[in-house]
Amino acid sequence: MHELSLCDDLLSQVIVIAAQHNAQSVESITVKIGVLAGIEPLLLENAFAMIKVGTIAELAEFIMEIAPVIILCQNCGISAESATNHLLCKSCQSPETNLISGDELILASVALSVQTH
Amino acid sequence: MCNTCGCNITPGNHSLVMAEQPKNGVTTVSVLQNLLSHNNHQAEHNRAHFDVSKVLVINLMSSPGSGKTALLEATIKRLRDSLKIAVIEGDLETENDTKRIQAQGVPAYQITTGTACHLDAHLVHTALHHLALENLDLLFIENVGNLVCPASFDLGHHRNVVLLSVTEGDDKPAKYPVMFRSADLMLISKTDLLPHLDDFSLRKAAQNLHNLANVAPVIEFSSKDGEGMDAWIVWLQTEIAAYQALLLNKQTQRPKIQQNNPLLDSKPNKPKFYPVNK
Repeated sequence: MHELSLCDDLLSQVIVIAAQHNAQSVESITVKIGVLAGIEPLLLENAFAMIKVGTIAELAEFIMEIAPVIILCQNCGISAESATNHLLCKSCQSPETNLISGDELILASVALSVQTH
Repeated sequence: MCNTCGCNITPGNHSLVMAEQPKNGVTTVSVLQNLLSHNNHQAEHNRAHFDVSKVLVINLMSSPGSGKTALLEATIKRLRDSLKIAVIEGDLETENDTKRIQAQGVPAYQITTGTACHLDAHLVHTALHHLALENLDLLFIENVGNLVCPASFDLGHHRNVVLLSVTEGDDKPAKYPVMFRSADLMLISKTDLLPHLDDFSLRKAAQNLHNLANVAPVIEFSSKDGEGMDAWIVWLQTEIAAYQALLLNKQTQRPKIQQNNPLLDSKPNKPKFYPVNK
């Protein structure tokens, strides 16, 4: 259950960005979570709902984009979506594969309400 | 992984991550920062400390009760005359493991995590102030027994060793891919119990690791009868030599899946500079 400590970091990042842009409020926060990131999306969402109370992000919508596992074979060049526990090339069975998507843990963007005079 | 901000942006997901949907009247700021960037900065700082002191740091991870402390006791007995070793122990409660290590005559420092399920780079950094790093060759960090959370946190260490005891079942690598994908070495422990088990296949355990595209070596090990001890010691000595060679070239060693990603090197919001005394 490290989702809570992760959310703490996430919220500090968002608060810094909001302050840099003189935002009145944070409208939405978009995170990219790979299925191999070791994070349970539902727990992250619940943790964020708990931790945002009383901050500039209190009313922010929390948007999670889940990234599938995609591997690229260094041997035959084929890329394919894979199960989290089967990362060999589906075509040639080589273990020489690179994960090109699936372990992301990224704060992708923040939508801010900025008042203009 | 990007060395500057610790992000996971790759050529494969770059366009996905950059894609945004602007809304009316609202400014959308693209951030692209790893959620663990705070931890990862501290980890790089820890690694810099380790590299100045030329100490190889190994992160031991496994379920509770799979034999991490017994492995360390046996290793220290074997190596304490030739190498200067210390241990950082992570546990929710008690200092039992630290006392076991100290009884072997090497320095050990206990991090009691309370309810936290893993060690992070900040906890390890605090522990470093209690150890004389410059006098060491090898530092083990015995992580909290847990096959989930510890895998996500870079501590600044150089190598991941994951233990799988035979009583846990040979399908653990398939059930916990995040953990076993990070292994630089998988150690199958308590092999002296194999005659009593009819459902653990060493071959299947190795195959499940291989299925994660992880070609890390597998050592079958028992701290009771000494099986695999020689192979484990050779692995450690080879890793120390490889690490020292990297240091001579002003490089460092990184555990599996904590690689540099040159594609995205955006600056963090609060850049920090950590001076390290030579």
